[in-house]
Amino acid sequence: MADLNVKINNLRLKNPVMTASGTFGYGLEFADLVPLDGIGGIIVKGTTLHPREGNDYPRMAETAQGMLNCVGLQNKGVDYFVKNIYPQIKDIDTNMIVNVSGSSPADYAECARRIDALDRIPAIEVNISCPNVKDGGMAFGVTCEGASSVVRAVRAAYHKTMIVKLSPNVTDVSSIAKACEAEGADAVSLINTLMGMAIDIEHRCPKLSIRTGGLSGPAVKPVAVRMVYDVAHAVNIPVVGLGGIMTAEDAIEFFMAGATAIEVGTANFIDPTATIKIRDGISTWLDRHGCKSLSEIIGVVR
Amino acid sequence: MKKYLLDLTVVSNERLSDRHILLKLTSPAALPEMIPGQFVEVRIDHSPSTFLRRPISINYVDRSRNELWLLVALVGDGTRTLAGLGSGDVVNCLLPLGNGFTLPSSSDESLLLVGGGVGIAPLLFFGREAKDRGARVSFLLGARTASELLELDLFKNLGNVYVTTEDGSAGERGFVTNHSVLSREVFTRISMCGPTPMMKAVAAYARKTGTACEASLENMMACGLGACLCCVEKTTEGNLRVCQDGPVFDIQKLLW
Repeated sequence: MADLNVKINNLRLKNPVMTASGTFGYGLEFADLVPLDGIGGIIVKGTTLHPREGNDYPRMAETAQGMLNCVGLQNKGVDYFVKNIYPQIKDIDTNMIVNVSGSSPADYAECARRIDALDRIPAIEVNISCPNVKDGGMAFGVTCEGASSVVRAVRAAYHKTMIVKLSPNVTDVSSIAKACEAEGADAVSLINTLMGMAIDIEHRCPKLSIRTGGLSGPAVKPVAVRMVYDVAHAVNIPVVGLGGIMTAEDAIEFFMAGATAIEVGTANFIDPTATIKIRDGISTWLDRHGCKSLSEIIGVVR
Repeated sequence: MKKYLLDLTVVSNERLSDRHILLKLTSPAALPEMIPGQFVEVRIDHSPSTFLRRPISINYVDRSRNELWLLVALVGDGTRTLAGLGSGDVVNCLLPLGNGFTLPSSSDESLLLVGGGVGIAPLLFFGREAKDRGARVSFLLGARTASELLELDLFKNLGNVYVTTEDGSAGERGFVTNHSVLSREVFTRISMCGPTPMMKAVAAYARKTGTACEASLENMMACGLGACLCCVEKTTEGNLRVCQDGPVFDIQKLLW
């Protein structure tokens, strides 16, 4: 059996498969169906300093090999998370990671500070790339200055592993990744969803309530692999790859492009056990190719 | 209620109308516990244009035959792919999902189950379970035309059946809310499933008459497990997930 352990800064993962924020709830929703401790990390739903109702329905449209969503960070706020959700998830035997979002660098930092105090949350993923909120979100992730301002503020408030989730809706994702690295990010994850739109031609209106949404699923995978490849060559911190991963073979592409770990998102909707199947498939692939550890294939494509 | 991911086998696939099929599924093991109003997320294989699972309400559970029935309206490529399934084919199902209807707590109850179009589907299972609990059950079923009134004989085995069709080809002409039974009889509770305009009209009737009333919603879903927050409905408690907090909601909670 090949060694699937990987490290992201001080964060040890028993395998490189994590869940993408917003696609796996708090893990509990999948507990009947998936052995949660078999997943390398569970990145829970985006959390903000204050509660958010999210956008109006409809929030989702199915597209060719993918889907658009404009959920808009609906969550009950970090204090609710700390008081009501954390006690339910803290004993799950894997890395429980909180995805943090905000509308100002100070918001992000305060939210991160409150999570810093939680013993069993070893890392956060800072979301500077949500395309579905008016204030903040992706606005920070599309310029180096915006990204720097958030990462700097969070770094001052948060002392454990900080992963910064990047937007693909930019001209040069590498420069943003470098800006995050310069401000002390421990890793970057990419890609968040691609901005898209779908139209109901019978009613002559957008299918989503706020007109646009984020595209995910296999349709975005080649874009994601390219961006992971670019960023992995531009920074010296670990890169977490995501975007349309449905199978172990998809995941291997991301490792070869330079990802140290991967996140499985939309696939959870089609197969709630996708994470475990992908983990096992990676192991089988490595064995079949005579690899003793996953590290042998990370970034092999030059 | 524990959720399962199961490969179920098609027993039969019957065409009930131009636009509806009845898919009967079974399993070598006993089917899981399910309650009326819950639904199944069905994976659609071999349909290139279908990406997500399709949420389909539980039409009936026949315990003696270990069968799960899904009554499916053929609306797009995904559901039309289901129409092509034959006996022995395998369907991957995530179930049971959602909360279900309020079951009668005493035999004094007189329930009116209102269904429109394919929204009649969950009422058959509900009617069976309610009748087994000793409640008096009546069905008020609406369709566009007589040929789209489905499973009528099965409903008639469980209670009084009142029918409306939009073209007058069966029962009273018009919508369910026009049916004369509503002015003749009194019910302790109304449970309904169907098009939103129908349910809003029935909800207005329930409010006017002070009748307890619940509605099963069918907002577009992705995960079916309460994780993605795509299927939310605005309620008195904020945006709630139809897949997990519903699909059945007391109308007092809805902003209708």
